[in-house]
Amino acid sequence: MNDTQTGTVENPAYVRAEMIPEQAPPATQVGVIKWLRENLFSSWANTLLTIVSVYVVYWIIGHIFGWTFFGIWDAGSLSECRAIRDERYGEGASVACWAVIADRWDQLMFGFYPSELYWRPVLAMVLFLVAIAPVLYDNLPRKMLFFTVVSPFLLVWILWGGSIWGPVCVALGFVLGWAVLSYGTALIGRLGATIAAILVPILYWLFAAGPISAALGSVAPIGLEAISSDEFGGFLLALVIGISSIVLSLPLGIALALGRQSDLFIINKSSVMFIEVIRGVPLIVWLFTASLLLNYFLPPGTNFDLMLRVIIMVTLFAAAYIAEVIRGGLAALPAGQYEGADSLGLDYWQSMRLIVLPQALKISIPGIVSTFIGIFKDTTLVVFIGLLDPIGFTNAIRASTDWNGIYWELFIFIGLCFFVACFSMSQYSQYLERKLRTDNR
Amino acid sequence: MSTISDPPVPSFRLSQLIYDTRYRSLTIQVVAFILIMSGLVWLANNTVQNLAALGKDFDLSFLSSRAGYDINQRLVEYSNDSSHGRAAFVGILNTLLVAFVGCILATIIGVAVGVLRLSNNWLVARIMGVYVEMFRNIPTLLWILIVFAIMTEAMPAPNAFRGDTPTASMLLGDSVAITNRGVYIPAPIWGEGSLMLIAVFVASLVGIFAFRRYAGKRQEATGDILPVFWISLGLFVLPSLLAYFILGRPVTLDYPELRGFNFQGGTHLRNSFIGLTLALALYTSAFIAENVRAGILAISKGQTEAAFALGLRPNRTMNLVILPQALRVIIPPLISQYLNLTKNSSLAIAVGYMDVRSTLGGITINQTGRELEGMLLLGLFYLVTSLVISSSINLYNKSVSLKER
Repeated sequence: MNDTQTGTVENPAYVRAEMIPEQAPPATQVGVIKWLRENLFSSWANTLLTIVSVYVVYWIIGHIFGWTFFGIWDAGSLSECRAIRDERYGEGASVACWAVIADRWDQLMFGFYPSELYWRPVLAMVLFLVAIAPVLYDNLPRKMLFFTVVSPFLLVWILWGGSIWGPVCVALGFVLGWAVLSYGTALIGRLGATIAAILVPILYWLFAAGPISAALGSVAPIGLEAISSDEFGGFLLALVIGISSIVLSLPLGIALALGRQSDLFIINKSSVMFIEVIRGVPLIVWLFTASLLLNYFLPPGTNFDLMLRVIIMVTLFAAAYIAEVIRGGLAALPAGQYEGADSLGLDYWQSMRLIVLPQALKISIPGIVSTFIGIFKDTTLVVFIGLLDPIGFTNAIRASTDWNGIYWELFIFIGLCFFVACFSMSQYSQYLERKLRTDNR
Repeated sequence: MSTISDPPVPSFRLSQLIYDTRYRSLTIQVVAFILIMSGLVWLANNTVQNLAALGKDFDLSFLSSRAGYDINQRLVEYSNDSSHGRAAFVGILNTLLVAFVGCILATIIGVAVGVLRLSNNWLVARIMGVYVEMFRNIPTLLWILIVFAIMTEAMPAPNAFRGDTPTASMLLGDSVAITNRGVYIPAPIWGEGSLMLIAVFVASLVGIFAFRRYAGKRQEATGDILPVFWISLGLFVLPSLLAYFILGRPVTLDYPELRGFNFQGGTHLRNSFIGLTLALALYTSAFIAENVRAGILAISKGQTEAAFALGLRPNRTMNLVILPQALRVIIPPLISQYLNLTKNSSLAIAVGYMDVRSTLGGITINQTGRELEGMLLLGLFYLVTSLVISSSINLYNKSVSLKER
């Protein structure tokens, strides 16, 4: 009965006298093996999935890798490409013929833009990047924003050429409006100055800008060789349409969103109608409207170039989508923000500018950027109304005897270019979201 | 003596229209109304002038005149003697067919990809991430062209199926042939008594619905849980299967067969249809996958833990706690993706599929010269479709919105 009390109380036999040294964890619980067990082989279903995916990856890489990396870069036509392939890798080997991209690089990039003037689109691209940089990254010097403000006029002049005085005189209209607003407020009150700041530039553009630029042009003929819109093509066309629609649609979209949130009946209903009609119909129908019908709606005899029509249509289309995204942001703000702004005595525009819009836009960044990405991808649809964007050129290239029958290389190249552009836009939006996040999650 | 001064005379000065907030909104609206109306009148006026200058009028009677062109894929009776209105109708059905099949495919792929992207298998999650980014960042048009090119360029020609040593073979027990002229699948032949079979099938669907209601009521009342899933499955399969054999197999399949230079029999799915539908489905599925992923991530982990704490089993936790909440987040963007797919089906023009834009908005306009009327009708069709779909989103949102009391 007293079996358990055989040892002495001070030093029972079953109690360890010193600690065992700490042992290394089992091999399955550390390093690579642990990671593999947890992430790839945690259960039999997971193991099965891993095996299937490894096979899929192997299959894809097996088919694509050699085809891509042993591709032929130096040939003038598809038959020449095949001859080089037969010589290098043996009859019927499957390799890409990237030579088509090298051969038609200029067309794919610039369309029919005169080849001795390629420096202009390139310069425009560089200037655009410089202009957009301070908007994207706020740790750059703020003085660069002055260039950003000037850049739209500069870029239009570099790309289309012509007299420098045209863009300068258009830009003067904005300066005029700003001057009226800032000096007129003291004279005729804020409301009067606002109305004047809208009316004066419009009257100036309608009646004064043309003669002034003509007069300046005859006094000091500074200009670049004029390029008509028909000569734009390839990625240049896609970028010009995409970037100008994106830049123009944001302010319009904000205005439409505010209109849709407005208490004023007529403004509200007309914004709703505009947004719903635009969103309800596919872009391609709007593009056909621009190319077939726009002449019906304008005064008889007006005819302006197709590219401008397309930019206007795509801008209106993008604006309706952006308006809906921003409306979501406006609706997501707690009512206390609106009430707080009111109780501080701010008027409508002040409360929107200082309190509501900064927060609503921050909420809507992901949506806005994905709309931008959608718009940039949709610029490919202009091919259907006869503009030669990169996809339009694939047909043109395939129609030539040299490259008849080439598909994948062109599709992959164009897809890759769009992927790089769109993917970097979405990565930037994620960076911006992280940077602007103010809550402590 | 009067201690009370006269009440202020309600006077109205014109400047109040601008400076008094009570009247200002009215002023703004009147000005906006005048501007909008004058803009519209200007457009209408221009249109009338331009039409008059071209010697045209606004007339929809072209819809009943002879179309004179063929449509290679038609779901209803149509020949080139039919009217333009009939051609438009055939086009509408073709658009809706692409939209319907595309939405189903996109949902299946999208849900699978979205769930797999959340898988704790590292490799699978990465592959699905690549899939989503690849389809989201490359234009739809390019995908349509790529799928169409794969179908027409990389698939075997019908004569590859011929001879003693064919280089290509039919799939699924000689029932499906994938060729560069399209895909041939078996077509059902509705024999005598198939109407009866369909009636039985519909009746069993009604039965499932009634049974689920009954099971729900019973559970509310007594707490007993019936094996709803298995009984529903049985009701779904068994009666139709029994009826099929009792009625003497009224539905048979017509298999495609290689005769002459091409496959005959079965249903011919054209490359244009497959290219368009498959590309749209793959493209849209990437967006749906992201919606599904966001919906599942939106449910906080506390919900699962609370359900486990209540003693619910994992499948009940999923069905009763997680899914109802996740669906509330997933379904509205899902439906708007359906809407996008329907609108994107107008890219049919890239592969020559005869949808409503190609018939009403394409050939009909070219033949009759009625671009104003044609585009207006086309726009109206898309507008009505999207308003119907978006009002269904609103209905759904209303029905699942949290009841705040």
